[in-house]
Amino acid sequence: MELNGAQIVIQSLKDEGVEYIFGYPGGAVLHLYDALFQQDEVKHILVRHEQGATHAADGYARATGKPGVVLVTSGPGATNAVTGIATAYMDSIPMVVISGQVPLPVIGSDAFQEVDMVGITRPCVKHNFLVKDVNKLAETIKKAFYVATTGRPGPVVVDVPKDITDPRIKVPYKYPKKVSIRSYNPAVSGHKGQIKKAVDLLLTAQKPIIYSGGGVVLGEASKELTEFAHTLGFPITNTLMGLGAYPATDKQFVGMLGMHGTYEANMAMHDSDVIIAIGARFDDRVTGKLDEFCPHAQIIHIDVDPASISKTVKVAIPIVGEVKPVLEQMLEMIRESKKKPSKKALESWWKQIDQWRAVKCMEYDRSSQLIKPQYVIEQLYEVTKGEAYVTSDVGQHQMWAAQYYPFDKPRHWINSGGLGTMGFGLPAAIGVKLAFPDSDVACVTGDGSIQMCIQELSTALQYNAPVKIINLNNSYLGMVRQWQEFSYESRYSHSYMDTIPDFVKLTEAYGHVGMRIDKPEDVRPALEEAFAMKDRTVFLDILTDRTENVYPMIEAGKAHNDMTLRVADGTSTDRELA
Amino acid sequence: MRHIISILIENESGALSRVAGLFSARGYNIESLTVAPTEDPSLSRMTLVTRGSDDIIEQITKQLNKLIDVVKLIDLVESVHIERELMMVKIRTTEHTREEIRGMADIFRGKIIDVTPTTYVVEMTGPSSKLDAFIAAIDGDSIIEVVRSGPTGISRGEKGLHL
Ligand SMILES: Cc1cc2nc3c(=O)[nH]c(=O)nc-3n(C[C@H](O)[C@H](O)[C@H](O)COP(=O)(O)OP(=O)(O)OC[C@H]3O[C@@H](n4cnc5c(N)ncnc54)[C@H](O)[C@@H]3O)c2cc1C
Ligand SMILES: Cc1ncc(C[n+]2csc(CCOP(=O)(O)OP(=O)(O)O)c2C)c(N)n1
Ligand SMILES: [Mg+2]
Repeated sequence: MELNGAQIVIQSLKDEGVEYIFGYPGGAVLHLYDALFQQDEVKHILVRHEQGATHAADGYARATGKPGVVLVTSGPGATNAVTGIATAYMDSIPMVVISGQVPLPVIGSDAFQEVDMVGITRPCVKHNFLVKDVNKLAETIKKAFYVATTGRPGPVVVDVPKDITDPRIKVPYKYPKKVSIRSYNPAVSGHKGQIKKAVDLLLTAQKPIIYSGGGVVLGEASKELTEFAHTLGFPITNTLMGLGAYPATDKQFVGMLGMHGTYEANMAMHDSDVIIAIGARFDDRVTGKLDEFCPHAQIIHIDVDPASISKTVKVAIPIVGEVKPVLEQMLEMIRESKKKPSKKALESWWKQIDQWRAVKCMEYDRSSQLIKPQYVIEQLYEVTKGEAYVTSDVGQHQMWAAQYYPFDKPRHWINSGGLGTMGFGLPAAIGVKLAFPDSDVACVTGDGSIQMCIQELSTALQYNAPVKIINLNNSYLGMVRQWQEFSYESRYSHSYMDTIPDFVKLTEAYGHVGMRIDKPEDVRPALEEAFAMKDRTVFLDILTDRTENVYPMIEAGKAHNDMTLRVADGTSTDRELA
Repeated sequence: MRHIISILIENESGALSRVAGLFSARGYNIESLTVAPTEDPSLSRMTLVTRGSDDIIEQITKQLNKLIDVVKLIDLVESVHIERELMMVKIRTTEHTREEIRGMADIFRGKIIDVTPTTYVVEMTGPSSKLDAFIAAIDGDSIIEVVRSGPTGISRGEKGLHL
């Protein structure tokens, strides 16, 4: 088959099984858009801003496990995509971004809409390519998908100069079934000796804890993780990125750990003698003060990326490999082992954990006349029966969604953890809804964040992707305000906007349904009404208690056992329990 | 500690900037960096001298290995190895310093490869410390220019860095 470059790109995407491509046209990709026009297998979603394209593709990828695909033009189209590429990079999300580039002969001449996309994205991609020969185009696209989806996943950029897609130049086309790259061989199964050592250590632990993260979601190992935890009877905590990888309603789950984690999770980490970290990367939001991180623990770490291991915290037993096969191997060894976890030790460990649980760190004032954001999330959970896909933006609302919506399934909690990108939630929700049109998709957002990609309301209408937007409107950049309250004697420097738009009217202008809710008793009925409108995008502008803070909190530079908890009168306290 | 990391890397445009970018983005220090093609035209060999604690060097080698273009690497300092650097020094001479400089170049097994009535260019190879010693041995005021290639190295014995 002979095809021109533009057709090769589109045909390669078809052969790769790509369903959706999120993009925005422009000069450098006109040939590509012409080829797109002449087929209807790959569906193109025209966003309203290239950042939206990357987040939508990212949401699609997080919900499905398949790579998200983006198409943008050169110059400003490419730079607009960078924030979304970096967002995917920080959370290890598989994504392939095809960017147009000026024709090869004029590269380097400051041509119209030229930017060095390969240079700009180098530090925030897993890899990138500049295509210099149309004969290598199909193979390069195959390599891009291969790199993006294997090992530790991540975004890959393919920069395609306009002359490479010239419709007049046809070359033989064959999409490779497989590619190999001699310098790229990600580990799969772990080292058997190391796994054996880890199992021995686990079976002698007195105060063990499982600390699992996004790697379990990415590695599709929820089933294995659940079985592993049940077999051992150990407590388990998840990172923000790992939520849903283990059923949050299970009794062994002690909640999220880290800066806004539960009291019991952080205390258990601090007091533990053996930690097994599974697909988690010891982020600073999780560890708090490094010198005082888990002072008594021996640590086992399973990660597919050797560079994640002993990066910030030294571990005793590193295991480089994919979580799924490693956990399978561990389970087998545990079952075959004559040693069993010490029942007595575990009993007293659980007793201790139950005492920490009794602190009830997640309680909040349920009798308030104001709408409490936590209450909204609890109601959202009930109305959606815990089965919705929930995307979020970044801020206090993100933490409340993570804390008060117990996710039982992986790939249902979709948020930007590593980069913390405001503007992520709405486009991501659209990507999810396109992938799962029959499921409820909610975007929990804030009055600040939603304005960063609000233009995508228009995309939701055009492609019939009805999502429910839950705007926890506190008229503040609340997370910033909270830090200013705690650390800057309440000097609220620019964390307040006094011209927040009328979101109801704005939503209506975009062709959707808007509702404003300002009384606690209206929250539940409004949510029910919104979710009953299956084919409409509904924006719930919920005016919440403006002064509410996220608790518990480990303030910057503090250790796990030095948390700030909420006290009954609504003020916070430093609480040091040992 | 000082480490000499020897890297086989795909001979592709942009490969060098990936390595250099990694060092600047992650705040690792680079003392010197040399790159040249190898007998296999698809590969380049890079020699990079860096300093850091064991933890940092471990991260550096892991992060380098993560770059898709990096095919293989070794830290030469981990085993017996030979290190060589090329240096050319342009020295201002007077009638009565010429002999002394020639003598010094001899002691260090340097060669004088350019002569004018008022200057010498001395060429010298050796481990970086030897080149440092030569510089220290001559009067600093007479040095017009020092050009150093940065060290490269190879391990001793049968072991080698190849595909
Ligand atoms: C406002 C805000 C507050 C936050 N507060 C918290 C908080 O309180 N608690 C918290 O936990 N986080 C919090 N975060 C998120 C935090 O910044 C990090 O994003 C998060 O902790 C990282 O999660 P993770 O360790 O699971 O790693 P991820 O970023 O999910 O990385 C996954 C790890 O698994 C590995 N991996 C990937 N695939 C596989 C596989 N198949 N097999 C094996 N390994 C694999 C990767 O190499 C990587 O090391 C917050 C973020 C924001 C924006
Ligand atoms: C693009 C971007 N800019 C700035 C920030 C810093 N930041 C983190 S949370 C936050 C406030 C978010 O406000 P809002 O969306 O209203 O959420 P709230 O905290 O009030 O729930 C800001 C500004 C960020 N995370 N992302
Ligand atoms: Mg707000």
